[in-house]
Amino acid sequence: MDTSSIINPDIPAIRLEGVRMIRSGQLVLDDFNLEVPPGKVTAIMGPSGSGKTTVLKLITGQLKPDAGRIFVGDIDVCELKRNELNAVRRHIGVLLQNGALLTDMTCFDNVALPLREHTELPENLIEKLVLIKLQAVGLRGAAQMYPQQLSGGMVRRVATARALALDPDLMLYDEPFAGLDPISLAATGRLIRQINRVIGITSLVITHDVAEVSKFADYACIMANGKVVACGIPDQLGDDGNEIIHQFLQGLPDGPVPFHYPAPDFEKQLLDNGERK
Amino acid sequence: MSAASSQPWILMAIRRLGNAGVFLLTALGGMRCSFFHAGETMRQIYYIGARSLVIIMMSGFFVGLVMTLQTYDTLTRFGAGDSVSTVLGLALFKELGPVLTAILFAGRAGTAVAAEIGLMRATEQIDALDLMGIDPIERIVQPRLLAGFIAVPILTLVFNFMALLGGVFFAIGMMGIDPLTFWGNMQNSIGLWEDFGTGMFKAVAFGVIASWLAVYFGWTAKPTSEGVAKATTHTVIATAISVLLLDFVLSALML
Repeated sequence: MDTSSIINPDIPAIRLEGVRMIRSGQLVLDDFNLEVPPGKVTAIMGPSGSGKTTVLKLITGQLKPDAGRIFVGDIDVCELKRNELNAVRRHIGVLLQNGALLTDMTCFDNVALPLREHTELPENLIEKLVLIKLQAVGLRGAAQMYPQQLSGGMVRRVATARALALDPDLMLYDEPFAGLDPISLAATGRLIRQINRVIGITSLVITHDVAEVSKFADYACIMANGKVVACGIPDQLGDDGNEIIHQFLQGLPDGPVPFHYPAPDFEKQLLDNGERK
Repeated sequence: MSAASSQPWILMAIRRLGNAGVFLLTALGGMRCSFFHAGETMRQIYYIGARSLVIIMMSGFFVGLVMTLQTYDTLTRFGAGDSVSTVLGLALFKELGPVLTAILFAGRAGTAVAAEIGLMRATEQIDALDLMGIDPIERIVQPRLLAGFIAVPILTLVFNFMALLGGVFFAIGMMGIDPLTFWGNMQNSIGLWEDFGTGMFKAVAFGVIASWLAVYFGWTAKPTSEGVAKATTHTVIATAISVLLLDFVLSALML
C-alpha cells in the first residue's frame, strides 16, 4: 500500500470547481465551488436536500459530476480509473450517516477489516492497532460485540475507528450528529476535534447542526439552492446580513429557502372535491 | 414513467439478462485464490448449504416415498410392481433430484442470499466497503456464488439419497418387495454416467443458475424494504422458471 500522503499542505485539501450535478432529473449542484483547507476541520451546512451528501459522494468518486472538476490534493478524482480510485480511497476515511458497519462481524473485525485487506501486517500487530483505535473512540470494551448490540451513537464511533484504521489523510463525516442525545453529540464533536488535533488530518463534516459547528470547526460553509452561499469562521458567518444565512442560522421557516416543496394552490386543492392531483 | 419502463417487456427482459450476464462474468473474472476467500466461501457453504440440509432431507424422503407409492400403484396394474426401483431411480437421478433441489435451494438459501445482499445495500454496507477501497464483488458476491456452485450438487446427492431411502422404506418395508430384486433392477437399468452423471451435470448447471440469480437480484435490489422483498420474490420465480427451462434443454440435448 502506498503510504505517502495525498494531501499537500500548500494547496487546498479538497477543491470543487464549477461542479454541476443533476440527479433524478433535478439540478442539485450548479456552478458549485468549494475549497477545503488542509489540516483543518471544515463544516458544510445546509438545509435538508441542499446537496450536502451529494458533495461528499462526489469527493469520494461515488458520483461523477455532469460538469466541473473535483480535486483531492492535486488528484482529479473524476479522471481516475477504478483501481486508481480505490488507491486514493485508502487515504480517505469516511463515516457514513448510519455507520454502515458489517453486521456479520464483531466491532473488532469491522475495524480490522481495512488493515487485513490493505496491509501485510501480522495478526498480533493488527490486534494491537485495532485496540488502539477502539480505545480512541472509547469502545475497546465493546470489541467483541456485534453492531446490532450497540446503540446508534456507539455504531458511529466504531465506524469512526474503522475509518481511522489506515491512518487516513482526510476524514469525511456525513451527518455525524444526526439522532444523537446531547451527551453523545458533544462527545462526537470533541472526538472530531481531537482526531484533527492529535493526528493532524484534514476533516470535512457534513451537518446541519448549527449550534455544534462553532465548537469543533475551524471553517464552515453554508449551502443553499445548489451553491455555496457563505464560507468563513463559524461565529462570523451571520455577520454580512445575507438572508439565506440568516434564515438557516435562525431556523426560520419563511425566507429564500422554501420550507414547502413546490405544490399547487393549497386552498384550490382542498376545495377540489377530494380529487387527487 | 421512466424511459426503461416505457420499453417493450421483451427488450427490458433482454436488457436485464444482458446485465445479469455481465454481472456474472465480472464476478467470475475477478476471482482470486486467498486464505481469506477460502475461509469466507466455507462459511457461506455452511450458511447456505448446511443450513438447507433439513428441508432437503425431509423433502427428499417424502418425494421418494410418494413417488414410489404412485409408481408402485400404477405398475402393479400391469403386473410390473417389481420395476418400481427402475422408474424411481431414473426419474430421481435424471430429473427430480437436480430440479427439486435447485428449486428448494432457491426458496431456502437463494432468498436469504438475495435479502442479505439487498439489505447490505440498503444499509450502505456495500458503499462502506467500496469507500474503504475493498471490492464489494470480491468480498460479498464471489464467496456466495462459489458456495452455491459447490452446495447445490452436494445437496442434490443428499436429496437423491433421502429419496431412495423413502423409496426403500415404502417398497421394501411396506410393500414387501424383495431387496435383491429392488436393488438388482436399479443396478441393471441405471447407468453411472448416462443417467446418474447426466443428473449431476444438471445439478452443477442448476447450482450456477440458482446462486447467480440470487446474488444478482440481491445486488440490484432497490435500497428499500419493497426493493428487498421484490428481490427475494424475483429470485424464486426466476430460478424456478430458468431451472425448468434449462432442464428441458439439457434433457433434449443429452438424450
